[in-house]
Amino acid sequence: MRSYKNLFLWFFLLAALASVPFLLPVYWIMILTEILVMSMFAMSFNLLFGYTGLLSFGQAGFFGTGGYLAVLTLLHGSTSIWVALVAGVLGSGLIALIIGWLCVRRDEIYFAILTLGFGMMLFTIAHNWRSVTGGSDGLGNFSVPEVDFLGVVLTLADPKIFYFFVLIIVLLGTWLLSRIVNSPFGLLLKAARENSNRIAFIGANVRSLRLFAFVIAGALAGASGVLFAMFNRIASPEMLHWSFSGKVILMTLLGGSGVFFGPAVGAAIFFVLEHIITSFTTNWMIFLGIILVLLVLLFPSGVLGSLLETWGRIRKGHKL
Amino acid sequence: MLKVEDIHVYYGDSHVLQGVSLEVKSKEIVCLLGRNGAGKSTTMLGIVGVNPPRFGKVFLNGIDITKAAVYRKIRDGLAFVPEDRRIFAGLTVQENLEVAVLPPREGKRQWTIDRIYENFPLLIALKNRKGGNLSGGEQQMLAIARALVGNPLMLLLDEPCEGLAPVIVEELGKVIIGLKSEMPVLLAEQNAHFALSVSDRGYVIDKGVIRYEGTADDLLTNTEIQSRYLSV
Repeated sequence: MRSYKNLFLWFFLLAALASVPFLLPVYWIMILTEILVMSMFAMSFNLLFGYTGLLSFGQAGFFGTGGYLAVLTLLHGSTSIWVALVAGVLGSGLIALIIGWLCVRRDEIYFAILTLGFGMMLFTIAHNWRSVTGGSDGLGNFSVPEVDFLGVVLTLADPKIFYFFVLIIVLLGTWLLSRIVNSPFGLLLKAARENSNRIAFIGANVRSLRLFAFVIAGALAGASGVLFAMFNRIASPEMLHWSFSGKVILMTLLGGSGVFFGPAVGAAIFFVLEHIITSFTTNWMIFLGIILVLLVLLFPSGVLGSLLETWGRIRKGHKL
Repeated sequence: MLKVEDIHVYYGDSHVLQGVSLEVKSKEIVCLLGRNGAGKSTTMLGIVGVNPPRFGKVFLNGIDITKAAVYRKIRDGLAFVPEDRRIFAGLTVQENLEVAVLPPREGKRQWTIDRIYENFPLLIALKNRKGGNLSGGEQQMLAIARALVGNPLMLLLDEPCEGLAPVIVEELGKVIIGLKSEMPVLLAEQNAHFALSVSDRGYVIDKGVIRYEGTADDLLTNTEIQSRYLSV
């Protein structure tokens, strides 16, 4: 019964997302594309934060690594988007494996600071290694790749086509994450979040569990970074800055870290607010800040998390 | 099965266990008795490796496991139910069991989750209840059940009846005796009457040193030991 209802929900969501390019103006298609990209980034971060209990302040490092590797591939290697995507995902996954191997030895604030430090090291590489990364100017000037879809050659320069491309990649990433979260391994991650000492008593190695989650999160952050760089036609050092990591944390808290789709809802709220507010004031940061503070105070489990809690209470027939 | 040889465990600089040796043979239930603070839990934590011994050795089936990581020892067959039960409060009863499943051991009948429900019928009705919403007794049953789905070679129980109602303690005793044909049990207990009613042998620990060793009947009748080392 439950899975039947879930299937219906998925179908509805898919139909809505697929019909969007035919209903909305290009400006909103592009905003939605950005929301999808950041949703995948935020959900991959939440595999670490919400499910495993590790607050990483360095996810932007993997996001940016993916972006730079994809652009470098397009500039110096292949012109295929698939090769660029694979390079970005594998490269950021590998960097996550190395950094994660060191970071998962600690948790809580120590883990946060370690990831912050490594993230900023990656930022510094992107910012200072001018000959390879273009320094603070970023790395652009690549020709936007084309995709061969059943014999029809489509250019990703078209916002609608790029939207569908992003949609497919994000759906794949989301499917992978939901498979992980709902597997016995996902249960182990949740158990590890509750108490990392207890987990050893059921014969699980908490470090390998965390490292696996860290690599998956890093690789998916890298995939999001590839899409982000394609979307903006540039990979820039800001993509790796800790403030970008902070943005993802904010989105996740805003939507709800305890719910699978919470980070995606947070990303949507964040971007829609940002675009609405910037349209009538240049001091948008102040207003965005005020609204975000209010949302966090009003919805302690995140917007989606709190709504689902309330819905659950209504269904059980409790008073609000 | 389990052999502990002269282990010394420290908390920082304080020398808590000063050479504890004990042995649990197969098909045997052995208890470790002592007052609060005598070193029972420290012995258990030392064996499991949460606070590993600085000197001395721990053998499981003749293999030295002293230095192995905690999760390794559990996988090697040493199940441990800690003092405060430590079930996963946010997971359901079913999920608490699912996360703990380890492959079966050769020559032993497997503890599947279904078999757990047959042996702990009380857990069936609680299947979808969150671990944190169970009573103390239910949590204790779940903690033991969770240890069993790991298909261990032996079971270490640290103060299982602490804080439980007498009826539940009686129930728990039946469960422990029922395990005897399956695997040996080492039971650390303050409640000497309970522990000796289910055990074959017992050790008495005080101030980090084993003071006495004897059969359950011997210990039950030895009033001198009881009054000196146990608050009976």
